[in-house]
Amino acid sequence: MSFFRRFVQNRGALVGLVILALVVLLALLAPLLYPESPWRMVQRPFLAPGELPGFPLGTDTMGRDVAAELAHGAWVSLLVGFVSTLVALAIGVPLGALAGYFGGRTDDVLMRITEFFQTIPNFALAIVLVAIMEPSIGSIVLAIAVVSWPPVARLVRGEFLSLKHREYVEAARLVGQGHRDLILKQILPNTLSPVIVLASLMVATAILLESSLSFLGLGDPDTMSWGYMIGAARTVMRQAWWLSVIPGVAILLTVLALNLVGEGLDDALNPQLARQR
Amino acid sequence: MRYLSLIASRLLKAVLVLLAILILNFFLIHLAPGDPAMVMAGEAGATDAQFIADLRERFGLDQSLPMQLWHYLAGVLTLDFGYSYRQQMPVLDLILERLPATLLLTGAAFVISLGCGIVAGMLAAMRAKRPSGSLIMGLALLFYATPLYWVAMMAVLVFSVFLGWLPAYGYDTVGSDATGLAHALDVAEHLILPATTLGLFFMAVYTRMTRASMLSVAQQDFVKTARAKGLAPGMIQRRHILRNALLPIITLAGLQAGQMVGGAVLTETVFAWPGIGRLMYEALMQRDYNLLLGIFFFCALLVILFNMLTDVIYRLADPRIKEAA
Repeated sequence: MSFFRRFVQNRGALVGLVILALVVLLALLAPLLYPESPWRMVQRPFLAPGELPGFPLGTDTMGRDVAAELAHGAWVSLLVGFVSTLVALAIGVPLGALAGYFGGRTDDVLMRITEFFQTIPNFALAIVLVAIMEPSIGSIVLAIAVVSWPPVARLVRGEFLSLKHREYVEAARLVGQGHRDLILKQILPNTLSPVIVLASLMVATAILLESSLSFLGLGDPDTMSWGYMIGAARTVMRQAWWLSVIPGVAILLTVLALNLVGEGLDDALNPQLARQR
Repeated sequence: MRYLSLIASRLLKAVLVLLAILILNFFLIHLAPGDPAMVMAGEAGATDAQFIADLRERFGLDQSLPMQLWHYLAGVLTLDFGYSYRQQMPVLDLILERLPATLLLTGAAFVISLGCGIVAGMLAAMRAKRPSGSLIMGLALLFYATPLYWVAMMAVLVFSVFLGWLPAYGYDTVGSDATGLAHALDVAEHLILPATTLGLFFMAVYTRMTRASMLSVAQQDFVKTARAKGLAPGMIQRRHILRNALLPIITLAGLQAGQMVGGAVLTETVFAWPGIGRLMYEALMQRDYNLLLGIFFFCALLVILFNMLTDVIYRLADPRIKEAA
């Protein structure tokens, strides 16, 4: 069975993919649907959802349109989630590849560094990094990447350890391929499928991390984000519970969708494992 | 003797990690915008050039970077983590005052999440092919995807605002002069919501781990033997599968437990729980870098202590690992 058919047969993964597609669509359409800044005051504050036509989700404490905030927030969540995962891959894949391929002292040194970063409490380090670099999209992406690369390095190292003595690699070595070609052209392409699965789960974690940071007031002050919306609604929870419920559900659905897609990819890319489960 | 050398090697490793964290801390301070003297002067509310120069000299900021690092490390060795100008107290005193509340919260959350997670995972593994098993895994997936701080807020909304069953925030009832058992019960009542909401995410993690671990142990030969000699299925689940599946979970749980301290920042912020997480939030709001980095160091210290503890216990409990080590 092809990869695509196996993936589509997994109902959870399909649901996840549909939700994710909707969120991506919302993020892409945000500048068209709500061309004005989401920070702008448009109506009186504390408008309940559906109370006035044109404001399907109501307004927040400052009279901003919640639907506009939600759409622009989707863009930030996805952007930070995907870019920080790419940066984490850019750190973790080379480190893991070098450690696994060369072994010995290189492996020792690189793995000690990886373990060190795994020991430090993730979220606390991310808070400290963003606070010290001053909150901005760049510093948030960097902080999330710095705390999330170690699992990538460990995974890639493990794959390299198990692949580097395979016959096809030995054959390529005999033909005279150098280290660079062996790493990039022979081994690395074969580590891709577990890395893709891990990456899809990392995007989910990164979105959670970003929302937690902006909930604590460490979001980029120029961009609207879901975590900021919840943080701002915290003090008015008794008067306007929907202001914290709506963005929370948005985060939950997006993260859930990414997890479902990740699990679906895992099952589709590793059919033997999936059957065992 | 072997235990002693094991503990000694763990201690050495822990000390090295702490040293690395201190060096990281030192460079983070220097990464902060403005030099530390300016930051401190700003925190103290002074702009006088002479005062800043005095600060530089007093804290050795006019010396070379390696010398400054040396002074910083020497300071930490004498338990001097600097002074918080915002709170007008030494950083160490502030942290030690708040530490017990965080230990209580994370400890309770750890016990709740590990206990419930293992039971739920066990049930899910035993009913792997039935709807009830899928339901447990569905719930675990849901809690795994829910932001910690949002669950906390929703719990306050439901159990405090709408139902009025539990207090919404704080460590104990303000103005109450209860002592002894009455006070303990009051604190316990305040602890339920924060500990449960902090534990939910980790409960989901442990549920998934327990299920996977039990299903993989169930495939092993000794389980087939037990089945072949006619043991009751319940007996096999409890005595053969669960016991063997639990060991890796306890190690992983130990590794994860430290991460709870990070999650506590969010939970303590929502529930106004007076621990180091809440202190970290206050330090953030006030850009109090000395305090922030002090707390960060203590978070890392807690993680290392947790890891060492589970590592040693695990090795003592499972004789097979000793042979390999």
